[in-house]
Amino acid sequence: MVGFNPDHGLFSYGLGALPPDWPGNYWLHWGLFVIIIIVFVLAMVMAFIYFERRGLGRLQVRLGPNRVGPFGILQPVADAIKILLKEDIVPAKGDKLVHWWAPVVAFAPALMIFAVIPFENGALLADLNIGILYIVAVSSVSVVGVFMAAWSCNNKFSLIGAMRTVAQIVSYEIPLGFSIIGVALIAGSLSMNEIVTSQNIPFILLQPLGFLIYFISACAEMNRTPFDLMEAESEIVDGYHIEYSGMKFAMFYLAEYVEALAISAIITTLFLSGWKGPLLPPFLWFLIKVVLIFFAIVWVRGTIPRIRVDQLMAFAWKCLLPLALINLFITGIEVIVLPQPLPWLIVFLNLAIMAILVLLWSKFFKLGGGRVEV
Amino acid sequence: MAIRTEPFVINVGPQHPSTHGVFRMRVTLDGEVIVDMEPVLGYLHRGIEKLAEGRTYTQNIPFTDRLDYLASMTNNLAYAMAVEKLAGIAVPERAEYLRVIMSELQRIASHLVGVGSFLNDCGAFMTPFLYMFREREKILDLFEMVCGQRLTYNYIRIGGVSYDIPEEFLPALDKFVREMPGFIDEYDQLLAENEILLARAKGVGILPKELAINTSASGPVLRASGVKWDIRKADPYSVYDRFEFDIPTGSTGDCYDRYRLRIQEMRQSVRIIKQAAEQLPQGEVLTRVPLRLRPPAGEAYGHIEGPKGELGFYLVSDNSVTPYRFHVRAPTLINLTALRDMMIGWKVADAVIIFGSIDICLGEVDR
Repeated sequence: MVGFNPDHGLFSYGLGALPPDWPGNYWLHWGLFVIIIIVFVLAMVMAFIYFERRGLGRLQVRLGPNRVGPFGILQPVADAIKILLKEDIVPAKGDKLVHWWAPVVAFAPALMIFAVIPFENGALLADLNIGILYIVAVSSVSVVGVFMAAWSCNNKFSLIGAMRTVAQIVSYEIPLGFSIIGVALIAGSLSMNEIVTSQNIPFILLQPLGFLIYFISACAEMNRTPFDLMEAESEIVDGYHIEYSGMKFAMFYLAEYVEALAISAIITTLFLSGWKGPLLPPFLWFLIKVVLIFFAIVWVRGTIPRIRVDQLMAFAWKCLLPLALINLFITGIEVIVLPQPLPWLIVFLNLAIMAILVLLWSKFFKLGGGRVEV
Repeated sequence: MAIRTEPFVINVGPQHPSTHGVFRMRVTLDGEVIVDMEPVLGYLHRGIEKLAEGRTYTQNIPFTDRLDYLASMTNNLAYAMAVEKLAGIAVPERAEYLRVIMSELQRIASHLVGVGSFLNDCGAFMTPFLYMFREREKILDLFEMVCGQRLTYNYIRIGGVSYDIPEEFLPALDKFVREMPGFIDEYDQLLAENEILLARAKGVGILPKELAINTSASGPVLRASGVKWDIRKADPYSVYDRFEFDIPTGSTGDCYDRYRLRIQEMRQSVRIIKQAAEQLPQGEVLTRVPLRLRPPAGEAYGHIEGPKGELGFYLVSDNSVTPYRFHVRAPTLINLTALRDMMIGWKVADAVIIFGSIDICLGEVDR
């Protein structure tokens, strides 16, 4: 029975009164977590949209939205209402069926990721023993939705966006996967819950290079700056959702933020010891870490220019992939050679290795150009 | 088996966030690589040159405001200089100094927009743009102080400037001059050495020295290619010969050089403003000029170093109240000449930043 664990998490609050062998438990668990996930995701996405717009405003010496409600807190609601009232336009020569399905295909996988994210110890929809593998598999489906959207619009700009997208996501999937394997090696499990329970020290300390690679590839995976080539406002005018409006556009917009939320949650789980933390309740710890990661993403967005498509590819294959491979190799050796109770040695060793590797790569891998005096 | 590919055409513009107005490029692409580019102009053509032939010389000043609306002061100045040359009008010394202060402030304001939107085109989502608008706002406040306007000033008149500066202007200017170098340093810290910006802009869209001269490019675009040509030094007008300043030049003529050059020019402009404010003499600011001015028959060409290049007004008079011919040498239109040569072989993403690095204003290109 996948996922059902009456000893843990939310089941300890009140539901424990039911007999553990009650057959309805399985479906109760299912229904409960579907509701929890949907409410959590929608509420967090609203909060993230507000947070990003205000945060970007602060980074950009302006105020950000502050008119709707106190401190502009209702701005996401106002935006949502505005978007939903827009006319739904389908290009005359577009492929209507694909155009209709694309937002769904793009949105669903982002939501599905949350099935294996533990909000607390054992509090997750499905404690799959291949949790990470499931995430990698599911998250790469959304690229199909993006490509469908671009194709169905019959628009050259969105087609350029689609070409970039497919190349980008397929390339970045590889360093992303390799950086996760390092975590799985140390944790000795692929289950998301067990990865968290095995983190006595956050894996960001044991796997600093892996964290960097994962963070960068994840930014590329969800099309955030500096890898937002498929949308590239200033080049190809929002790429794949150029022809979308109304509800369908809202789905893409939502999918983008759900993906950001999912990536933040995955990073929290894999590298920041998930719900673990002193004093505060575990769920709060989880939330705090998710928001922290999201802040880093917003920060990057507010600062860094976009890279070009060939540089993007070069960066994935020539920089991230070798680094990820080396990281995996070193982690493998450490797991075999070093006995378990020596983690602090590994922390310093890995930090040193990361510094050396990153410096080395920055010396002989250049995106182009070179250093100049200011 | 080789996959058969064929180039395809996309329209970048006239409605595109990165064409800075209504410029249109018919770009032929092979994948992402540009194989051909054809600029299409004229979406903002208002016939200003013809309209000006029906207005008196004084009435034409507001038209010049609306050419390059990001640098109205310098437009006013170039036109006023052409008319003064045509009619032989002397300008009071204080007015000359005010003109210099205003046009250097305008140069900074224009470069701020130019650099900001260039970085925005590079994909730095709005942050540098808004940082630079913060200082542009201060310049606009100064302009509002002297003439009540924030965009189209109509401040520099034939024979001087329309009003003397108010009391609060000089302290505000002094504050601005003291603060500005720090802000320029801040722009540099923000992105100047950013690896991604270097990768995107360095070596991209090179305009060789010979081509720059042959296409009669001017302003930052020409100087970034390594030609030391600045009308303020080459043919000093107004009181520019009394100030100390350098002409920064680039070396390769790529997008990065043009971006750096504008930043350096801002520093030089601050230097000029500082000296001009210190030396500012007392006295009249406007020579009395008849409203229905009838310059003697003849022709005159007044040119200045505008923020975007050599801005010239060519006027022909037939001794009537209206100009017989009113021609604008628009620097940005001429700087666009080499656009195709700069773009071919680069990618779509580069096209946008090459175009952005030229820093055009459609109001002037299409007139």
